[in-house]
Amino acid sequence: MTNQIPSLYHKKSWRSLFNRPETMTFTLLILALVGASLLSEYFLDVNYILRSFTLTAELSIAALVLTMVIISGEIDLSAAANIALSACIFAYVQASGAPMTLAILTGLFAGLVMGSLNAILVIVYQLPSIIVTIGTLIFYRGLAQVIAGDKSIRVPEWFIGVNTKMVLGVPFPVVIFTATAIILGLVLGTTIYGRQIYQVGTNNTAALHAGIKSNRIKFGLFVLLGVVSSACGIMAASRLGSVRYDLALGGELQMVLMAMLGGTYIFGGRGTILGTFLAAWLLVIVSTGMTVANLLPAIQLTVLGLLLIVAIIATNFIYSRARR
Amino acid sequence: MKPILKFLSGREAGIFVMIILFCTAVGIYKPHFISSNSLRIILLLVPLIMIGAMAQMLVLVARHVDLSMGSMLGFSAMVAGLMYRDMPEIWWPIGFLVAVGTGAVLGLFNGLLVTIFNLPSIIVTLGTLNLYRGLTFIISDARQINRANIPSELKAMSQTSPIFGIPWIILMSFAIALLTFYLVRYTQLGRQIYAIGSNPNAAPLRGINVTKVTLIVFIISGALSGLAGIMYASRWGFVNPSNTGMGFEFQVIAAVVIGGVSINGGVGTVLGTFLGVILLGCVAAALPLLGIPGTTQSAIYGSVILIALLIDRSVRQRATANTKRSRA
Repeated sequence: MTNQIPSLYHKKSWRSLFNRPETMTFTLLILALVGASLLSEYFLDVNYILRSFTLTAELSIAALVLTMVIISGEIDLSAAANIALSACIFAYVQASGAPMTLAILTGLFAGLVMGSLNAILVIVYQLPSIIVTIGTLIFYRGLAQVIAGDKSIRVPEWFIGVNTKMVLGVPFPVVIFTATAIILGLVLGTTIYGRQIYQVGTNNTAALHAGIKSNRIKFGLFVLLGVVSSACGIMAASRLGSVRYDLALGGELQMVLMAMLGGTYIFGGRGTILGTFLAAWLLVIVSTGMTVANLLPAIQLTVLGLLLIVAIIATNFIYSRARR
Repeated sequence: MKPILKFLSGREAGIFVMIILFCTAVGIYKPHFISSNSLRIILLLVPLIMIGAMAQMLVLVARHVDLSMGSMLGFSAMVAGLMYRDMPEIWWPIGFLVAVGTGAVLGLFNGLLVTIFNLPSIIVTLGTLNLYRGLTFIISDARQINRANIPSELKAMSQTSPIFGIPWIILMSFAIALLTFYLVRYTQLGRQIYAIGSNPNAAPLRGINVTKVTLIVFIISGALSGLAGIMYASRWGFVNPSNTGMGFEFQVIAAVVIGGVSINGGVGTVLGTFLGVILLGCVAAALPLLGIPGTTQSAIYGSVILIALLIDRSVRQRATANTKRSRA
């Protein structure tokens, strides 16, 4: 009897590995790597992949926080517009002669305000986050257009090039992304706060009865996403050297796509940071592979749209099988 | 008398008063805003949004949302435009059939994904928004359909008119609004859309085929987006893979939400949507006159959506408070 239980346990854990959506993401990642290296022999150059990753690092970092928001049962489509608006505010403030620290603080504060506005509308006024964040998406992007107009605002020469700074041979944005993933992964996976996020997302009413302050948790997540997005916006300003209102236009697709490909359940309660982490790399490999294969940006858009649909069908399928 | 009283106490009256107040305020500041010419400008701004808003209203009432409308508009317009370019001798009204048909197929695809896999429509249509836009580039080879390729009869539909000097496309959009009114008021299908939106669990118990109704709603949304697509070609005389229909869904959602259609499904009227579209048109027509640059337009749409959501919520709260009081 006693030696049966561990073996049973062992068998079950093997099976559950197949039921985990991260396994799907990981398999796809390997497949994409193999496929891309067949396309071009130069592809499997680690430095090339790392450099390509810096192009979407901002969206990937914000997508990590978005994953937590989705797990808690809400969604935020305004994060990409937030990146654009805080970058525009940051660039505008420093272009008007303010010191760099003040400009960065203003940018971060703008992110805090945007996150709080989302949170207030969703939690205090109890409006559905889907529609609210579509509204704020248009609003933030529109404000960015008001501030920057049709021109681009330049940032000073010495501030440009966060993506070329290396830490032990790895570009700085990749380091930030990995560090954020580790911290958030630990918070979500090992702390009480993290478990509470899952509980809130699985069943909000039950969580309330269990004494979890679900509103406070959701509020915190929206604000966190707001601040992180604005930090990403400032990073994007440093990478690009100038800021336009259409920065990260359509980025909400890629961010939701990363979360979905990583196996986050759209109805909340399931998902991991590891999944989104892997999915971010998968997307980089796929889009770099498409660029190497000389596909038009429009076709890449089509592929991303298709991937989103396939990813959400696959995760839903895996979860419905796991429940049985 | 009763319908008039009902109108005065309803949401629609509020929007109507807002339209009057807004136009009076702008009229005092810039007197030439109140003229038949600016009425014409307003009316020419709205036909596409009007048609889109009627479709989006049905989708929202059924407790879904369709974000892919702008891309469906662009794709259908492009298919029709390519047909005009490559087959110049074709009878021009065929373009309407082609665009509406193409849109219906795209809408069917959305609907199938939503119903078969039981996926949230917001994510599905966020995906197809990009998918259809990418396909538009692919089928057009990323090239624009120029003015010369659009039949002059089609372009004339935005200029000439059968009666009262009102151009064809405006009359068509009003006809669509009337048809939608008939659909939701007097047909079984229309009532079923409200039923599945108000309570998706109770609807199948009453013998409503939720899958079928949802599919039809998405097909209507696609077909009307296609109609808006061919009207875009008529109105602007070109079809561009990147511009045509870009951001259309946001204008439409703004108009519908202003019109008092509830985002929680089951609530919304054609009259409210109609007035919401007109209010949006008045704002859009007044902005350049007031010297406000076009770059602020998107910020204004966004804030209008948020304000409308807040108003909608306070109205709903008061309504539930009233029922509670009358029950007690």
